[in-house]
Amino acid sequence: MRITQGCFSFLPDLTDAQITAQVQYCLDKGWAVNIEFTDDPHPRNTYWDMWGLPMFDLRDAAGIMRELAECRRVYGERYIRISGFDSSHGWESVRLSFLVNRPKEEPGFRLDRQESGGRNIRYSTHGYAAVRPEGERYGS
Amino acid sequence: MNEHSITVRGKDRYKSGVMEYKRMGYWEPDYTPKDTDVIALFRVTPQEGVDPTEACAAVAGESSTATWTVVWTDRLTAAEKYRAKCYRVDPVPGSPGSYFAYIAYDLDLFEPGSIANLTASIIGNVFGFKPLKALRLEDMRLPIAYVKTFQGPATGIVVERERLDKFGRPLLGATVKPKLGLSGRNYGRVVYEALKGGLDFCKDDENINSQPFMHWRDRFLYCMEAVNRAQAATGEVKGTYLNVTAATMEDMYERADFARELGSVIIMIDLVIGYTAIQSMAKWARRNDMILHLHRAGHSTYTRQRLHGVSFRVIAKWMRLAGVDHIHAGTVVGKLEGDPATTRGYYDICRQDFNPTTLEHGVFFDQHWASLNQMMPVASGGIHAGQMHQLLDHLGEDVVLQFGGGTIGHPKGIQAGATANRVALEAMILARNEGRDYVHEGPEILAKAAQTCTPLREALDVWKDVSFNYESTDSPDFVPSVSAAV
Repeated sequence: MRITQGCFSFLPDLTDAQITAQVQYCLDKGWAVNIEFTDDPHPRNTYWDMWGLPMFDLRDAAGIMRELAECRRVYGERYIRISGFDSSHGWESVRLSFLVNRPKEEPGFRLDRQESGGRNIRYSTHGYAAVRPEGERYGS
Repeated sequence: MNEHSITVRGKDRYKSGVMEYKRMGYWEPDYTPKDTDVIALFRVTPQEGVDPTEACAAVAGESSTATWTVVWTDRLTAAEKYRAKCYRVDPVPGSPGSYFAYIAYDLDLFEPGSIANLTASIIGNVFGFKPLKALRLEDMRLPIAYVKTFQGPATGIVVERERLDKFGRPLLGATVKPKLGLSGRNYGRVVYEALKGGLDFCKDDENINSQPFMHWRDRFLYCMEAVNRAQAATGEVKGTYLNVTAATMEDMYERADFARELGSVIIMIDLVIGYTAIQSMAKWARRNDMILHLHRAGHSTYTRQRLHGVSFRVIAKWMRLAGVDHIHAGTVVGKLEGDPATTRGYYDICRQDFNPTTLEHGVFFDQHWASLNQMMPVASGGIHAGQMHQLLDHLGEDVVLQFGGGTIGHPKGIQAGATANRVALEAMILARNEGRDYVHEGPEILAKAAQTCTPLREALDVWKDVSFNYESTDSPDFVPSVSAAV
């Protein structure tokens, strides 16, 4: 399966040139760009690991692309996302978020059902890869 | 027309008998509204032969303290404070016989945090007042002091996006069709297909409650199976607006509780349940971490005609105070009423923290929202993937685009329809962010995206010529330089 989190997952994987353009868009808006990675892409896993702090002061897309290249070199078998963070009043949250790296194999999720009274079912979603410890989930 | 006050003062004011409203203190052209006043702008169309100023003063009177005759008991109160004051009357540009009446109401006239109380005055008896041929509430200025007495949207756009983990693009939805007649099991099938195909939300229609063909518990159970299957299949958070509209509050609470127990992220109500019920459900939604979707069923009975009723911009303001998270606010390009400029005004009311006066959008007052949460506008009705560039241009990014027919009617099925919409949307956002002139290059951008997405190609072929170009029945009446008071 293909995880479709993020803003552009239904398009073919973005090229570096396309990623650079999106990063530039964030910078032009004055947003801080952040790189995060995980090997637990559960839909409710909010806190992916940060590749350093959000780059509040970096105003150059090329610098961010270098960071991304380095992150990919270390965590190329994990999901990596780029987000633009807007600290202005009334928003103070993410404005754009998209995947820029995914593992070669994406085994997806198992849905568990626990039957209970009145035909109710308690659902639980488990990543097939997440049964292994962190760092050992998608290849090396 | 805006001459000086002719209010009768002292003992003569309280002589028994009938006195013109404009002499009773309801017409005060020298009055400067206080920052804490509620201000209403009415479009007043008096009957033949009725003096416009008197008609507007009567609106102020009948929506506040007045009755048809002088009463001595006024003298037991601080009557001058409680009288609503019409302070300005302008002829409506290009509409002979109609007048814009600006009326200020003291804050003490209203119970804090109650839309029911506000509306009982402002759109109460006055709309049936015989000397008026027609009356329309065009806009309101709600003082910060009053705004702060309301909870506001239970969740708000930002937190909704955080909970759904979806940023940077409009959300996509679809209303299950046919709107009536599907069994719970078949209904859930539509939800599953649409969500798995790429939509974020599905939606019950306004009149899906609990009918012989599908009772509500059955719908909720099958829909949540669909939602959870689709979440597991895509790795994304998904939702379906479970409509909890019912005959009584007890029924609605029961349905909402069940939706929560099943793990739904969102429930839905209809405007026809009434203001008090809406406020109750907004409080329930805040207590239960639930997004609250409002379908504006019934609003066109009073919002659509230019001369009589209540503008939807006022309904939108009341609903932001009342505390819903989603509100249907028009599509511009779809099948339902919506002049582009007027619709823009509604969207601004939903999403801005401060609305500057923008007469060309029908926004007559500066409105501060005092950090009340933002409401997510919903565009629904007769829209399809081929219009994606226009939708993004007119409606922006913080909106739910609902393609019901435009998803379910796809020749290759519901999943294909959903995928077509999602690909069209992502391609358009990508292009916009890259700095392309997406409004003009829209068709090219879509055609390019369709090269790697057959469902989009098919959608564009089927619906390429569909548009709804009809004259709007409700567009703003303004002249670019504000009409001088006469």
